[in-house]
Amino acid sequence: MKAPRFKYARPGTLSEAFGLLSDFGEEARILAGGQSLMPTLNMRLSQPEIVIDINRLDELKGISDEGDHIRIGALTRHVEVLESSIVTDKLPLIAEAIPHVAHVAVRNRGTFGGSVALADPAAEMPACALALQGTFVVEGPNGRREIAADDFFHSLYETARAPDEILVEARLPVAQPGEVFAFMELARRKGDFAQAGVACKAVISGDVIESGRLVYFGSELKPTLGAGAMAALEGKSWSDDLAETVAAALDDDLDPMENLHGSAAMKLHLQKVLTKRTLSAAVEKARAV
Amino acid sequence: MNTKGEMTQLDRQHSYVGRNLSRDKAKRAVHGRGRYTDDITLPRTVHAAFVRSPYAHANITTIDVEAAKAHPGVVLVMTGAELKEMCTGPWLGTLSVFETMKTAPQYPMAVERACWQGEPVVMVVAESRAVAEDAAELVEISYEELPVVAHKETALEPGANLVHPDLGDNLAFEKTIDNGDVETAFANADHVLEATFDFGRHTAVSLEPRALLASYEKDTEQLTIYTSSQTPHMIQAIIAKTLGLPEHKCRVVAPFVGGSFGLKIHSFGDEFAATAASMKLGRPVKFIADRLESFLTDIHARENRVNGKLAVSKDGDIQALEIDILSGVGAYSQYPRTSVFEANQILNITGGPYKHAHYKARMRVAYMNKVPTSQYRAVGHPIGNSVGEALVDMAAEKIGMDPMELRRRNIMEDDSYPRMTASGIEVADMSHQACLETLVERMKYDDLCAERDSLRQKGVYRGVGIAAFIKGTAPGPAGYYGAGGAPIASQDAATVKIEPSGNIICAVGVTDQGQGVDTVMQQITAGALGVPPEMVRVIEGDTDATPYGGGTYASRATAIGGEATYQAALALRAELLVLAGALLQAEPDSLDIVNGDVVDSGTENARIPLSELGRIGHFQVAQLPNDIEPQLSHTKRFRLKDALYIFTNGIHGAYVEVDPDTGFITLLDHWVVEDCGRVINPLLADEQVRGGCVQGIGGALYEHCVYDDQAQLLNGSLVDYIVPMASEMPNIDVAHVQTHTGVSELGSKGVGESGTGAAAGRVMNAVNDAISPFGGKVFEQPMTPEVLLKALGKI
Amino acid sequence: MADEKIDIALTVNGENVTATVPARMHLVDFLRTELELTGSHLGCEHGICGACSVRVDGVVVRGCLMLAAQCDGSNVVTIEGLSDSEEVADLQDRFVERNAMQCGFCTPGMLMTAAELLAKNDELPREQIREFMSGNFCRCTGYHAIIDAIETTMKDRKAGGAR
Repeated sequence: MKAPRFKYARPGTLSEAFGLLSDFGEEARILAGGQSLMPTLNMRLSQPEIVIDINRLDELKGISDEGDHIRIGALTRHVEVLESSIVTDKLPLIAEAIPHVAHVAVRNRGTFGGSVALADPAAEMPACALALQGTFVVEGPNGRREIAADDFFHSLYETARAPDEILVEARLPVAQPGEVFAFMELARRKGDFAQAGVACKAVISGDVIESGRLVYFGSELKPTLGAGAMAALEGKSWSDDLAETVAAALDDDLDPMENLHGSAAMKLHLQKVLTKRTLSAAVEKARAV
Repeated sequence: MNTKGEMTQLDRQHSYVGRNLSRDKAKRAVHGRGRYTDDITLPRTVHAAFVRSPYAHANITTIDVEAAKAHPGVVLVMTGAELKEMCTGPWLGTLSVFETMKTAPQYPMAVERACWQGEPVVMVVAESRAVAEDAAELVEISYEELPVVAHKETALEPGANLVHPDLGDNLAFEKTIDNGDVETAFANADHVLEATFDFGRHTAVSLEPRALLASYEKDTEQLTIYTSSQTPHMIQAIIAKTLGLPEHKCRVVAPFVGGSFGLKIHSFGDEFAATAASMKLGRPVKFIADRLESFLTDIHARENRVNGKLAVSKDGDIQALEIDILSGVGAYSQYPRTSVFEANQILNITGGPYKHAHYKARMRVAYMNKVPTSQYRAVGHPIGNSVGEALVDMAAEKIGMDPMELRRRNIMEDDSYPRMTASGIEVADMSHQACLETLVERMKYDDLCAERDSLRQKGVYRGVGIAAFIKGTAPGPAGYYGAGGAPIASQDAATVKIEPSGNIICAVGVTDQGQGVDTVMQQITAGALGVPPEMVRVIEGDTDATPYGGGTYASRATAIGGEATYQAALALRAELLVLAGALLQAEPDSLDIVNGDVVDSGTENARIPLSELGRIGHFQVAQLPNDIEPQLSHTKRFRLKDALYIFTNGIHGAYVEVDPDTGFITLLDHWVVEDCGRVINPLLADEQVRGGCVQGIGGALYEHCVYDDQAQLLNGSLVDYIVPMASEMPNIDVAHVQTHTGVSELGSKGVGESGTGAAAGRVMNAVNDAISPFGGKVFEQPMTPEVLLKALGKI
Repeated sequence: MADEKIDIALTVNGENVTATVPARMHLVDFLRTELELTGSHLGCEHGICGACSVRVDGVVVRGCLMLAAQCDGSNVVTIEGLSDSEEVADLQDRFVERNAMQCGFCTPGMLMTAAELLAKNDELPREQIREFMSGNFCRCTGYHAIIDAIETTMKDRKAGGAR
């Protein structure tokens, strides 16, 4: 399959990029890592008039420690996140999740921002950002806005970013004392899209889960907070009974999508299993501290 | 040793047979210097793309190609009707050996009616593939949708939608065999085990897709085709026949072939179309199937539902077996090899290792509006083996006998050959017992079962699975293809000749796709002649340069092609000793050839090098007496005489772990012990088994062409059609027992499909063993988490 | 600024290359058709199989998922260049000895990925070698021999064996 004809431009500055976006509107596609865009072009699922290559926009690159949060530029490659000591030290949830993202060659080019902006329902980084209560910065011809992760993911491939805006960076709060993180996903093969997955941030003292954020991916239209499950575990001691109660709450929290790989019933079941295992792992980590 | 136990050339110390010689083609491949069809460029080549039916069944009412023709860079647009004008007649994918089989006439591109989603309808040829695709988007076709046959389970019911109304129903073929007295055996049996097994449709997914570069010279009416094919001579025959070309003016070359697995023994409409385009244009036309169109056109396989029933005595004697096969094929019976072989093989081989006398099997093959199916690695064996071996395990469970012990009790004895299987096939030279005992030892069966048992107590669910198999390899002419009327050779040939330099050329009709056929022939030639392998070059894959042969299919290359090579090399050796004897004034049988020199037998004193014989034989013939006419080149053919196949045997073992909460399966260790007769190159044979196993595992766990009720393929890309990758695959231990076949002096049987034939069966048995504490059974492949969780009662 | 034909200047296997490419042409099509470097292969063109793996600016990438146009200024190494440099000559020898390929179509991609594995790790458990290679599809070998060849090379290098 060969891609259809399109124009190509490689802006050197964000304002040049905005100019092109404004000229071409919906007929433009942003090329960052290309790991999701290029297959759609090669398969002619997408036939834009122009592809705007933003890979030279240096202001979108880099990982920096800003004290209370870590800034990850949108053009940061997954491999840079994987190999970053800042991430390993300060963002343990991301560090645990990033090896699950696709494969070596994809991580070498795919970007953090690309993953967030596309918001594939099975993607790991959006789920982690939501679990961490991060903030995304987008910029458009009218300036910058900050959007909380809680408000960013709307529906299937739909985010709060407007078509004429570019995602610039993610700001992820650093781990606080008492916080533990756990991440699990189930995929048929290493690197595949997750069939089910949980990103968890919890505050645990002793055996008591003071609070927890459970974000589900792989089964829903977008990364989804398990609100009922989170309420069920708040302030409770970890036990097999609590695990069952929390899992049962997912009947209302989740509305899994059936797909080729499994029924909605299967996905719900897997999310329940993962919930129990993830919380159990988080409790173990808290004990080990 | 040959079949009479005599030392042959191949058993001698200097022989290269039985050694791990590295492959010349590997040395090229590892530097990125293999040359595959798409790597070949000819001047002024243009490229073909296709408009394909989006519907599974539809009348084609109008086609408007004007905009496509007018697109810059387009040189030709051809419809199915226009291509039909260039064909001598339609394809009919039947063989006379399947007497009652029926199929509808088929042309390389759809003419008035499209019968499967993906069938080619219009071809666009342009200066590049990208431009051809651009222009293809401008072709306007109106379709009138017709009722669709999407499910084999209902395709044979009265009143069902019809794929081909002219055929009256969707039944391609039906056959029943009934040996012994199955009814009485079941009626009197202590225990009868029964189950229904479902196997998902899947496809070969060779990494290099189908590829063809056709170049027609109008002035001489000569056609040259470079194509990724396993069977160049067959392609030559059917291209010539279909397009009305003189066969002797068609040359087919198979360069490096990037994987095939049976996919590339077939012919495909789009390839004929591209060839016809070259004839029309007088320019080379290249067609490389992309991955999306591969899923919609490469032959599919394996879609079967089998009801199986087995009778066992309380003491553990397997008494009777009955199976009923419903095979779901595609819209046409694939030309020329048909789509009924798979079901026929299931019928032939299920329960094959065992001694029961009573066997009944019915096969029904149903057309559907899906991609046509045909032979794919291990044809039918994965299905029949899964069914038979699962029933054997069920029997063992029922009577409380260890599954290995039940097999030990019932497999054919190693000294009982030749004998018949219950399905009526004569088998010989097998070693079920030796293979079983070797497997028990290599997998440390008792320890493994003990470990499984103790882990079960700790809530870790592992399973041990066994699958014993027979495998039909190397078909003979008495069998299906030639006898049935297909232009496919079951004999094969080799020409072995000496060059003036004394080096040896071996040209063979069998072909290499990376399994090492060329290296194996090199070793046989070198061993038979008495020369180092570097002195031998093998030529394969070119109808201009090799004797006529069948190519590589059904694991025949070493067994058939190897024997022809062996005989040709022996014939050359005999002649060289006569020549040497004449020059040295010695008796030929007092001489030998060792390491490229003619030597005195016994002392191995070098007397004259082959380079001298080559030089004299070609340039200085006057040095020889007048009554010696040096031929220096010998061609031998070989075929099976009466047997349909050379059957091989073996046994697989698997150790797996199932997560009962998620239904995910982890493959731990796997073992194969198989008997392919004389092993020419152990490393190559082992790797064939390993690769074949993983391909079989693909069908067991992952691969499935998923269709909806409108016969639309839902997962026709590598994103959603999942194939085995490195992380999930186990290490595989391989061992061989070598019982030479009596049909040839070489004694080699086929090995290429033995891994695939029983891999799924062993994994399914292991999975069922792992989940046995939960009471559920899995008889559906692929065994996805959904399937497991349902069997476990979790969803 | 926005165009369908793009001028690029890049380094391929150590040689300076200038070309004008269609915007839509991906890197591997450029390498194969314009530079006749046919060692990089196409198995899917949707980023799954890894047959197209090449090295761009020091890291292994899926060549079918990069536009030739975006490689302006880049340093590209294909299997041909990797071979000529002898960076993994020992691995290539092990591949041949161990028969870690059959049809050879996946082999260039496997070697490009394995080269990165060896560059980044001097020791890795077998399961992690499998994981690193999990983005490269092989239909012929079943992977066992490939992993063996990489593992052996790694061990030999660590032991100070000849490269």
